[in-house]
Amino acid sequence: MIKFDAVSKNYPNGTTAVDALSLELAEGGITVLVGPSGCGKTTTLRMVNRMVEPSAGTVSLRGRDIREVAAPELRRGIGYVIQHAGLFPHRTILDNVATVPLLLGWGRKKARKRAAELLELVGLPATMAKRYPYQLSGGQQQRVGVARALGADPPVLLMDEPFSAVDPIVRGELQAEFLRLQKELHKTIVFVTHDIDEAIKLGDNIAVFRTGGRLAQFDTPERLLAHPADDFVAGFVGQDRGIRRLSFVQASGLPLREGPVLPVTASVAAARALDEPWVLAVDAARRPLGWAAVAGLPVGGTLADVQLAPLGHTFSLAGDSARAALDAALLSPSRLAVGVDAEGAVAGVADAYELSAAMTETTTVTPATADTPATADAAVAPGATPGAAEAGEPAGEPGEPGEPGNRPVDGGAGAGGPRVTGPAGAKGGEGR
Amino acid sequence: MNDLLNQLELVGDWLTSSQQWRGDDGIPHRLLEHLTYSGLSLLFAAVIGLALGLLVGHTGRGAFAVATLANLARAIPTFGLVVLVVTLAGLSTTPVLVALVALAVPPILINTFEGVHGVDPDTRDAAKGMGMTGWEVLLKVEVPMALPLILLGLRVAAIQVVATATVAAYPGLGGLGRFIVDGLSRNDYELVIGGSAVVVALALVVQAVFTALRRAVVSPGLRAAATKS
Repeated sequence: MIKFDAVSKNYPNGTTAVDALSLELAEGGITVLVGPSGCGKTTTLRMVNRMVEPSAGTVSLRGRDIREVAAPELRRGIGYVIQHAGLFPHRTILDNVATVPLLLGWGRKKARKRAAELLELVGLPATMAKRYPYQLSGGQQQRVGVARALGADPPVLLMDEPFSAVDPIVRGELQAEFLRLQKELHKTIVFVTHDIDEAIKLGDNIAVFRTGGRLAQFDTPERLLAHPADDFVAGFVGQDRGIRRLSFVQASGLPLREGPVLPVTASVAAARALDEPWVLAVDAARRPLGWAAVAGLPVGGTLADVQLAPLGHTFSLAGDSARAALDAALLSPSRLAVGVDAEGAVAGVADAYELSAAMTETTTVTPATADTPATADAAVAPGATPGAAEAGEPAGEPGEPGEPGNRPVDGGAGAGGPRVTGPAGAKGGEGR
Repeated sequence: MNDLLNQLELVGDWLTSSQQWRGDDGIPHRLLEHLTYSGLSLLFAAVIGLALGLLVGHTGRGAFAVATLANLARAIPTFGLVVLVVTLAGLSTTPVLVALVALAVPPILINTFEGVHGVDPDTRDAAKGMGMTGWEVLLKVEVPMALPLILLGLRVAAIQVVATATVAAYPGLGGLGRFIVDGLSRNDYELVIGGSAVVVALALVVQAVFTALRRAVVSPGLRAAATKS
């Protein structure tokens, strides 16, 4: 789809922004370019729509050298989103979004109709259409930026740190929204960020750049975490990449045991008879209600009379990752994670030790359960590990964006998780 | 206090006397001459100032030269220039126009340049990245965004020109300056004050015209942002 062939960008002052880059980006996927500042990731992005002209090599789009097309014409066919949105302050939101259709000569009425559809698509109320950019929050402006880029329904979208200027909560919303949109639109997206968490959350494939404009590794997020090509990549993806990898393991494969589960109508005596420190009270549909500490139980009565300790959170076998399961275990008062099925009924419990044992097995043999078509034929760049060359397993659909529990990137479980060091413990390097 | 009242009375008498509103030496004729000088000079100055300002602001090349040129031009004494050009070129409208254009170009040029040059680089980048050609970036983004400053430059220039066009009377040309110059030479203060009052009124009208123009052509998105910051 987008192919870089030995592309370099040198500046007259002697700096090399991009050095002999060869890379092929698959159609219909999100490729994230990530790296420290000055690594040439933005330059690489901007060479796709000729905002920067390469000094050597060729960039081609759908097999055609992009220099065959006049730059303005090329750019009208490629969506472009930048960090601070870059909205036109003198135009209404609607007319901002209508920019490219108007440039293409669609006529005002048709262009505005299209713009109104796009505003709805990115989740902005129609009442915003007549406002001006200064009246919008940063997050809303960025949504408008995305809508504007989609103006003429371009197959390719270039996004240069689109979410880095907003606060973390809004960023999370925008990322989720972005993944939802992509599921609908299937654009070929090149996305630049300096944030490895964002790269892992959003990317189907990730290209890690090192200073001097050299490609360090091009791989799926999962393989990047499992098999960093070298110390630079290992350092860049961070110390807790073992934990992060758990985001790619489906919770459905984890071993659960029945455990101390009792209906809330059960007697206190029955709870004691289980000989466990904690029992989990469930309702008639086996939905979890809360934990009861056996030591604190009254002499008689049923569990319904007891003040139950809150669950912390449960994890869903239907959609959550192993990372959510481990987090649930660490936060649970009983230290037992409660797994529920799609209906919310308790499927079983497991503690952190049991989970980590299972994860050690599953993370070495990655699950090939993903439902996206393999992006495997994406060219593997020089410098990737030999093992990575097979690039067999796509990252899986990058998260059910609507569910915050699915792919936690908050690092909450962090390094605090007892005894849960990944099978390939992170190498040295100070992280990001 | 008495003086002021006296003067107001003088102006009133002068303005209302019917002989001021007729003939070659009447207010309408002088006003028309004045507006012709001012309008022509402003037109030439706008063409030069806008073209240069847009060009330099858009390309970013020659910014230093523009600033230097504008500052130099600002230092030129208008009256001296009129006398100089009259000496060289003889008595005609040209020297007055040259002097007034020289006076009006700097504010137009500098404000236009600043307005275009000051457009947020992100906005310009986005405009280019959307697929706008250089002309489209200039006409659809840079000029609309620079309009508040461009209008400011034009207004400053217009008021200066209207006020300064009185110098046309010195080398013997017409305009509202006639009343002031003739009044001074004849010690006719009624004439001096009356003529000055008309010039002041004209300047106020110019100011009002530009305020209305700004309301009409500057995008509300820019006006609000400007008052906010």
